[in-house]
This record gives sequence, structure tokens and C-alpha cells, in this order.
Amino acid sequence: MRKLNPGLVTKTVREMCITAAHKLPCDMLRAVKKAAAGERGISARILKLCLENAKIAEKEMIPLCQDTGVAVIFAEIGRDLFIDGDITAAIEEGVRQGYRQGYLRKSIVSDPLFERKNTRDNTPPVIHYAFAKGNKLKLTVMLKGGGSENNSRINMFAPSATLEDIEDFALKTVAEAGSKSCPPLIVGIGIGSNFEGCALLAKKALAREVGSVNKDKRYAALERRLLQKINALKIGPQGLGGKTTALAVFIEFAPCHMASLPVAVNLGCHSNRHIVKVL
Amino acid sequence: MFKLKTPLTLRDLKPLKHGDEVLLSGTIYAMRDAAHKRMLSEKKLPLDLRGQIIYYMGPTPARPGKVSGSCGPTTSARMDKYTPQIIEKTGIISIIGKGARAGQVRAAMKGKVVYFIAYSGLGALIAKCIRKSVMVCYPDLGAEAVYKLEVENLPLIVAQGLDGKGEIK
Repeated sequence: MRKLNPGLVTKTVREMCITAAHKLPCDMLRAVKKAAAGERGISARILKLCLENAKIAEKEMIPLCQDTGVAVIFAEIGRDLFIDGDITAAIEEGVRQGYRQGYLRKSIVSDPLFERKNTRDNTPPVIHYAFAKGNKLKLTVMLKGGGSENNSRINMFAPSATLEDIEDFALKTVAEAGSKSCPPLIVGIGIGSNFEGCALLAKKALAREVGSVNKDKRYAALERRLLQKINALKIGPQGLGGKTTALAVFIEFAPCHMASLPVAVNLGCHSNRHIVKVL
Repeated sequence: MFKLKTPLTLRDLKPLKHGDEVLLSGTIYAMRDAAHKRMLSEKKLPLDLRGQIIYYMGPTPARPGKVSGSCGPTTSARMDKYTPQIIEKTGIISIIGKGARAGQVRAAMKGKVVYFIAYSGLGALIAKCIRKSVMVCYPDLGAEAVYKLEVENLPLIVAQGLDGKGEIK
């Protein structure tokens, strides 16, 4: 049994929050560069500005976006790892320190309906735990802004729904989001599981590396087809038209009830801030 | 490309048409959801916004020695519920934000307000255009307080001119 000090979890989460807010993930950088080369006129110019924004953010330590989001953390805990303390408290403290010391915006309000009073340290984060093989702790930190999250959707289809119905739902979600979710997007889709499960699958899908191919050939084909159809919407960078409305479509799937076909579409913006670290 | 400098009048804004690119310099006021809501609930406005430009934005805190934190536009549609009343109550002549507006807001802006979009998700790039940033009211709202900003060559695109024309996705 390997022992892990929760202090190290705090320090790591703090650094991950700060890095994610300032450094465009490498796969996003590559994808935006590639898209810029394929665009013309104002769309090409805007994508080049995205690259310029990333340069300034990293060099001058000004966050990529003023909405430094809700911190979403996936923690995969190895079965042979003993965390000597309260891991939830350790992660929360990491977020608190990261948002304070990194000069990130505090966007969390205490009560959704009544006071809506800012918690002043961006806590609590949203944490998802899972167990895994081995003796490591794998942390994924995503900074999820309101613009992309607010336009994400869930639909509980009946099993009689066709592939086309599901594609139309994804297309409608992207079309209604328009420029509000800061395209070009990463489109994460969760299919199966249940009501909350499909949303989680869609969120996880956003962490996949741009350029990776789904292991299941049928889902890989669906991802390719949906990406083509989404780009045919011609919303484009900043919603001003162009070939690039999405940079990638990622689908995660899971078994579900015989009466259900849950589908969730979670949108990620053109910075899709996420970072992974193994302790 | 148009170069504009505040103070501006409706006459200065009249030539602007959907799709025009503009570099704006001068004073603008950053305010978003909570400040809109509070302003509409007050009998007397805490500041005079007649003839001014408002920017839907809530910045990250500035690092020591820096003028501004990251400061890109937020989604305009969330302000749709307040905008027609805000136009009437404050007398603003221009709005800067992100994304499409509701039909009744587009109608309320016609002839009174030019709607610009700023580059969304490019808060670090926009921060380079900020020369001064001062919190002017509602400090308790934190990132949602009202900030008076001095900007230089802030890049904008006209989404809807005074003619009321121009739809964006």
C-alpha cells in the first residue's frame, strides 16, 4: 500500500488550476493552428487571434478567458493507494489557493436561487471520484466557464429514436449555442447510462485528446459524421461564419436501461481548458 | 476599419453597419447581470450613463503591477431581460457583448443603441487594450461590480447598427 500526503494533492490542484487558466492545452493549440490554415478572411484572422491570446496569456500570466469557471475535478484513486487524510478537503483547498494565488475570477455563488452570494474563493469545486487499478492518483482538472456550460443539453430519448434523431439533437444544441459558447467548439457527447450518468460521460468526453479516434468503429464513424454536419452549420469562429464551428466531436457511451436512451451534449469552448496529472 | 473615440453621439454612430470593424478608444463601463438587476431596482442611478457605452464583462483580478486582468465579453442574451429598461433608464448609446439578442431587444436598440461584439474568449488579448480600470460602484458584487475602463484601440465588430439591421448567430 502506497501512502500519499494530502498536502501534495492540495499543491498539485493549486498548480493545475493556475496552469489550466493560463496555458492553452497542446492539443487545442495544434487544432486551432490547423483550423486557421484552412480558413480565410475574418475567420482565419480570428483563429490567429486565438493563438495570439494564448501567447499573451502564458507570457504575461493573464488568464486566457476572464471566466475562469467552475473547477471540475476527476480523481481516479488507485486501489493500492492510501491517502493519509481528507482528499475532498485537500482538493478544495487546492482550488481555494489556486484561484486566490493565481488571480483567477471567483465565480461561485453560495445558493443558486436566493442569496447568490459569492463564496470569494471559487469553492466548492465539482469533484467526481472513481477507483482504478494500481497505486496512483490521476487528477484531471477542467475549468468550465458559463458560456459553454449554459448551452449544454440533455435529452432522454426513447429506444425507438434513430441515429438521425440523436444527430439532430446534437446539431440543434450547437446551433442554438451559436457564438454564445465561443466556437470553434469541442463537442462532448454522452450516450447511455442514465440521467446523471450521460451528463458525466459527456463531460469526460471533453477531456479526450483532439485527434484521438474512438476505439469503437461505429462511434468513431458517428463522431466523424457529426463533426462534418456541425461544421456545415457554418457558425464559425465568433459566430461570423466559416468552416470551423467545431474542432472535434467526442462520444463516450455506456450500457443503459432497456426503456431509455439518454443523450447529453456538453460543449467546450475554443480554449477547452483541461489538464491531467498523475501522482 | 473605423476608429472611434469617446465621447460619442448617435450622429457619430450612424454610419456603422453590421459587420463593420471598429477600434474604440476612450471610456466604457463594464457591468453584467447583478449590476443590471440592482440598477433597475434603484430609484436614483448611482452614476450618469447618458451617452455612454456599456460592456458586458466581469474581469479576473489584476495581478499586482498590471492594469487589468483577463476581460473578454460575456453572453449578452443573459442581459436581454433587463436591456430595454436599462436603455430607457440610463440613456446609453452603445452596448458591447457576445452573441445574439432576443427580437424585442433588437427592436428596443433600433435607433437608440449600437450593439457591438468583442472577441469572445480572448480576455488576455483584450486586457492589452485596457489603460485604466476603476471600480465605480457596487463593490460588494466583486467581479460583477461596475468598472470604469479607459480603453485604447479595443477591437469590436458591429453586430447591429442604429438602422436595426444585422443578425448574428
